[in-house]
Amino acid sequence: MRNAPAAHETEQCEMLTLVTPSDADSAPGTASPDDRRAVAAILAGDERAFEELVDRYNPSLLRVARGYVSNRTAAEEAVQDTWIGVLRGLPSFEGRSSLRTWIFRILVNQAITRGVRESRSVPFSSLGDDEAAVDPERFLPGGAWATPPRPLEAVPEEVLLSAEARARVLEAIAELPAQQRQVITLRDVEGWSSAEVREALDLSEGNQRVLLHRARSKVRARLEDYVNEAAA
Amino acid sequence: MRFLRRGRDLACREMVELVTDYLEGALDARDRERFERHLRGCEGCTAYLEQMRLTLRLAGRLEPEAIDPAFRDRLVEAFQGWAEGR
Ligand SMILES: [Zn+2]
Repeated sequence: MRNAPAAHETEQCEMLTLVTPSDADSAPGTASPDDRRAVAAILAGDERAFEELVDRYNPSLLRVARGYVSNRTAAEEAVQDTWIGVLRGLPSFEGRSSLRTWIFRILVNQAITRGVRESRSVPFSSLGDDEAAVDPERFLPGGAWATPPRPLEAVPEEVLLSAEARARVLEAIAELPAQQRQVITLRDVEGWSSAEVREALDLSEGNQRVLLHRARSKVRARLEDYVNEAAA
Repeated sequence: MRFLRRGRDLACREMVELVTDYLEGALDARDRERFERHLRGCEGCTAYLEQMRLTLRLAGRLEPEAIDPAFRDRLVEAFQGWAEGR
């Protein structure tokens, strides 16, 4: 769900429709009927219901966990502890947040209590607020483009949407600073609403948007390199 | 979120810093109008926005990473222990 979707967002929503999880329409503040069914089944001992939950959220839990720890093993440990925390906490899950938000909050708390890097205490200056979205040298002194980006119509669509293009985007996301990676992963890769991202990562609206902006800007710059190579 | 000086056209350099606010629906009506007015007259910023939309589209198509089967097995074991202990 997007808060107050504006008319100009329609096109973007369409493009993202295929990847938006089916429960994205539930209000960020409450559990969906699907969430409640999953919780009831797991509490009744349904192993399949637990496996479904794991299959659904484990990849993004791992991506987010890697924002807190440096290597895959440590991230897997944090995620494993998260699932154990989920099982322990499930009997007292009240549905006041969506199930996935609740799970990600357990991960974030887990990462913090393990004594790993505390992402929320990162000073605002390191949010990347001082970074320009585009290399300043690409603008004339008056602020107009000196070297504008190439229109996409110069490149065939199958090239733009190729596995290579996706690989470049994935690579660029993997190299982002931790908080930027967390935010873009949940918002754009997983298709969460920005309200849910804020709730799961405990970020203010402003900080979340700054992190998202820096992340998207850097990933776009890498995609532009690919577009330029493809058009050359 | 960002301070915009009123009564003046946006520069391309400012446009690229407003793209996320624009796409997230975070600009007020007046700033959105200024943004869109600039866009209509600027090929460079139009291409920039197209590239950003492509970025989002590609990000949303990333394949989920496969779960390590051994890792999954450990979780299922943990579940079984938890279910038995309840
Ligand atoms: Zn422009």
